[in-house]
Amino acid sequence: MAVPLSSPSGPESVGRSVPRRDGRAKVTGCARYTDDLVIPGAWYGRTVRSTVPRGRLARLTQDPAFDWSQVVVVTAEDIPGDNVVQLIRDDQPVLVERDIRHREEPIALLAAADRETLEAAVAHVSIEYERHPPVLDLADATGEHARLSIDKGDVDAALAAADIVVERTFRVGHQEQLYIEPQGAIAVPRDDGGVTIHGSLQCPYYVHRAVVRALALSEAQVVVIPAEVGGAFGGKEEYPSLVAIHAALLAIKAQRPVRLIYDRHEDIAATTKRHPGIIRHRTGVRRDGTLLAQDIEFTLDGGAYCTLSPVVLSRGAIHAAGPYACPNVRITGRALATNTPPNGAFRGFGAPQSQFASELMVEHVAEALGLSSVDLRRKWMLQVGDTTATGQRLTESVGTGLVLDAALANTPPGTDPTSPSLRHGRGMALVYHGSGFTGSGENDLSSRVALECTSEGTFRVLTAQTEIGQGTNTILAQIAADELGVSWEDVTVVVPDTSVVPNSGPTVASRTVMIVGGLVAQAAAELRTRLATERPPLRAEKVYRQPSWIHWDDASYRGDAYPAYAFACVVADVAVDMDTGEARITNLIAALDPGYAIHPTMAEGQVEGGVLQGIGWATLEEVKMDDGAYLNDRLATYIIPTALDAPPITTVLVDNPYSGGPFGAKGIGEIPMDCPAPAIVAAIHDATGVWLDELPATPEKILEALGA
Amino acid sequence: MITFTVNGNAVTVDASGARRLLDVLREDLGMTGTKEGCGEGECGACSVLIDSAVVNACLVAVGQVEGAEVLTVEGLERDGELAPLQRAFIDHGAAQCGICTPGMLLAAHALLARTPNPTAHDVRIAIAGNLCRCTGYTKIIEAILACRIRAT
Repeated sequence: MAVPLSSPSGPESVGRSVPRRDGRAKVTGCARYTDDLVIPGAWYGRTVRSTVPRGRLARLTQDPAFDWSQVVVVTAEDIPGDNVVQLIRDDQPVLVERDIRHREEPIALLAAADRETLEAAVAHVSIEYERHPPVLDLADATGEHARLSIDKGDVDAALAAADIVVERTFRVGHQEQLYIEPQGAIAVPRDDGGVTIHGSLQCPYYVHRAVVRALALSEAQVVVIPAEVGGAFGGKEEYPSLVAIHAALLAIKAQRPVRLIYDRHEDIAATTKRHPGIIRHRTGVRRDGTLLAQDIEFTLDGGAYCTLSPVVLSRGAIHAAGPYACPNVRITGRALATNTPPNGAFRGFGAPQSQFASELMVEHVAEALGLSSVDLRRKWMLQVGDTTATGQRLTESVGTGLVLDAALANTPPGTDPTSPSLRHGRGMALVYHGSGFTGSGENDLSSRVALECTSEGTFRVLTAQTEIGQGTNTILAQIAADELGVSWEDVTVVVPDTSVVPNSGPTVASRTVMIVGGLVAQAAAELRTRLATERPPLRAEKVYRQPSWIHWDDASYRGDAYPAYAFACVVADVAVDMDTGEARITNLIAALDPGYAIHPTMAEGQVEGGVLQGIGWATLEEVKMDDGAYLNDRLATYIIPTALDAPPITTVLVDNPYSGGPFGAKGIGEIPMDCPAPAIVAAIHDATGVWLDELPATPEKILEALGA
Repeated sequence: MITFTVNGNAVTVDASGARRLLDVLREDLGMTGTKEGCGEGECGACSVLIDSAVVNACLVAVGQVEGAEVLTVEGLERDGELAPLQRAFIDHGAAQCGICTPGMLLAAHALLARTPNPTAHDVRIAIAGNLCRCTGYTKIIEAILACRIRAT
C-alpha cells in the first residue's frame, strides 16, 4: 500500500469550510438519534418523581389490585452498587432512599412491554411524604456547595483611595438548555452480566464511570455508545449519567433492553438549568477613568445537590472581573444549596452570569465619570503583558483590541426613530472565555487520544469527543489530515464507544479543538514520521500535559487559569416599544477571536447559535417557580427565540493565533453565550434611559423601570 | 385499515385512527426521519407535509390522513440525489445537531413551492414554527434563500 506522504492527495482542509461529515445523514433523515434506534424486545421505562420540594419518603405503595406481574419496579434497594450519581461530591442519590431534597427527584423506576401497561402501572403507584419546610430562595439559603476567593493586591486600600466607587447588584435567572432532542438512554443487558448504554449524551466516560459505580460492574462490563445527539449545550454533560443508570437498573432487573426516553415536559421539569445568581460589584476608579479596584461577590443557586456547582462557580468567578487589567481584585464566590432541582452545566458555565455583571459595571462607571464606555474599555482592557484577576500574566493571543475594532468597523450607522413610541438604542459588550478545564483540571484529566493508520491506508481518529452538532467529527478529521498531509476524506473520526476509544475527557469547556485537537495533531505528526519507515497498521497515542509554563495553585486560586482565552465583542441594536415595553433586537454584530478558525462556517455557526441563546436568556427565557417546581415546564410556556425573534447576526472572525493550539486555534464553543445579555441591557438603556439590573429584560421589567 | 400515500408510495396501516401520525410514521413504517421534540405542536421537529401543507405530525391523528399525500424528509431525495434544499443546508452549514433539520427542510420546501422567490422575512415567517437551538437561524435562512432561483 502507499500512503501519500510527500504529495497530499487534496488541498489542505484546515481553514476551509469543507462539507460536514454528518451533513448528508442529517438532511436525509438517516441520522439515528437515541429514540430512532430499533432494539428488538425493548421495554419502555418511566421515572416516578417526588411532588414535594423537601421531606421524607414515608411510604411507596403499589396498588395490590393492579397486575404487577407485567411490570418491573426498581427502588433504591434494588441498586447493586453505591446509591450515588458519580460526579464531584457523593451527595446525589440515584433514587431516593429516605430524604427528599427537591421536586421531581427520582424515587422509583417502572418498565413494561408497552406504553399503555406502563402508564397504567404509574397510575397505580402512590407515595406518601412527611413534608419539611423547604428553602426555595437564594436569599434564605445557608447550605453551601462550594466557596472560593480570589485575591489580587489590596482592594480595601485601593477603594479607600479611589475618587469614585460605583456599587451595583445584579440578578440573573435560570435558563433551560432546551436542546430540541430530549434526554434519553436505552440500556441493553450484555451476556457478561453488564450493560450497553445507547444515549443522548456529551461525555461518554462520565456516564461509563457513573454506571460502573451504581451497578457495581467492572469497567469492561459497561459500554457507553452515544447515538446522534440532538443538541446538548452542557445539558447533556452530567444529567445523562442519571438517565443511563436508571435505564441500566431497569434493564438488569427486567433482563431485557429498556428505553428510557424523556418527553419534553419531564425534561424541562426535572433536568438541570443554568445557575441563577446574584452578583454584587464595587468598582473604584480615579476621576480620569483609571481602574483601581474591583470587589465582587458572586453567588450562585446550586439547587438541591452539588452536581457541577463548584466548577461552575470557579469558572464564573475567574471571569468575574471581565477582560480587564485591574491591580486590585477581590472575588468572593459561593454556590448555595436550595430545595430546587439541581442546576448544572450550560454553555458558558458561570461566565455568562459573571460577565453580565462585569460588563454592565463598565457602563455604570463610564456613566458616573461622564466618559464613553467604549473609551473606558480601551483603557482597561487586557493586553499582552497584563495580569488577570488570578495573577496570570498573558503573553500572547490577547484579542481584546482586535475584536473591539472589528465589531465597531462592522457596525452600521444607527437607525433613526420610526415612530414616537419606538426608541432605538445600541449597546456593546467585551468578554473573554478560557479554553479547556480550569487550572490543574486538564492535567488531572490527562486526556488520551489515538490515531491509527489501517493496512488499507486510511486513518482513524479515536477520541471520546462527541458530535453534538458543533462539528467535532469534521474538525478533528481536518486537523489530522493536514498534519498527516492527506486528504481529509481519508480520515475517519470513530464513534466514541467507550469500548473502542481512549478517554480524551468530556465534550465540554470549549476544549475539543484546542486540547483534544492539539493531541490529535501531535498523534498525526508522529504517525507521519513513522510512516516514512514503518508499515501499517500503525497506532499513535498521545496523553495531554499542560504546557510547562502553566502554574496553578488550587488552594490560593492563583496562577495560570487557562492556557489561552478567546475574546469577543458584540454590538447590539434594539428597538424598544415604549407603550408595551417590548425590546426587539434588530441587529447584532459579533466579532470573535478564535485564534484561528479551523472551519470558518462552523465557527460562525457556533457564534450565531450561542448569541441567540444569549439573546433568549437576556430577553425571553424566564423560569417561574412555585413551591420548588418550575411553573413553565412545557415548550408552550417556556419560550425560546424563533426565527422571527432572531435578529440578523453578522459574525466577524479575526485571526490571532495561539502558539499552543492546533493551527493556532483556541476554544470558542461557549464565549458566544457570554456577550449578548449585557450589550442588550446597555442598548435598552441607550434607547430608554433606564438601567435594568436583572435578567431577563422582559416587557414587564422594562415598563416597571420606565415607571409606566 | 387506513390507506394513504407517503412520499409517493401507497401505504396501508392496521392502526387505530386515533394514533398520532408521528408514531405511525416512526414505529409502524420505520421512518424515523420525522422527530419528536415536544409532542404538543410547539417545536416543529415533526413537521411533515399533508397535501402540501405543513403540519405537526404529533398533533395529527392518523385517521385524518386517509387518502392524503404525506411528504416526509425521506421523500426529498430523488433517485439518490439530494434535493437542492438538502444540498444547500449542507453547503451553508444550516444543520448542526440536525434534530430540527427534517422539519425545517419540509417547512422550507412548502414555502418555496408556494413562493418561489421569498424574501428573508418570508423565510423567517415560514420557519417560525420550527425551533432550532443551535444555529441562530442565520445559516438556515441563507440556505433557503440560496434555493430561490433553482426553485423557480
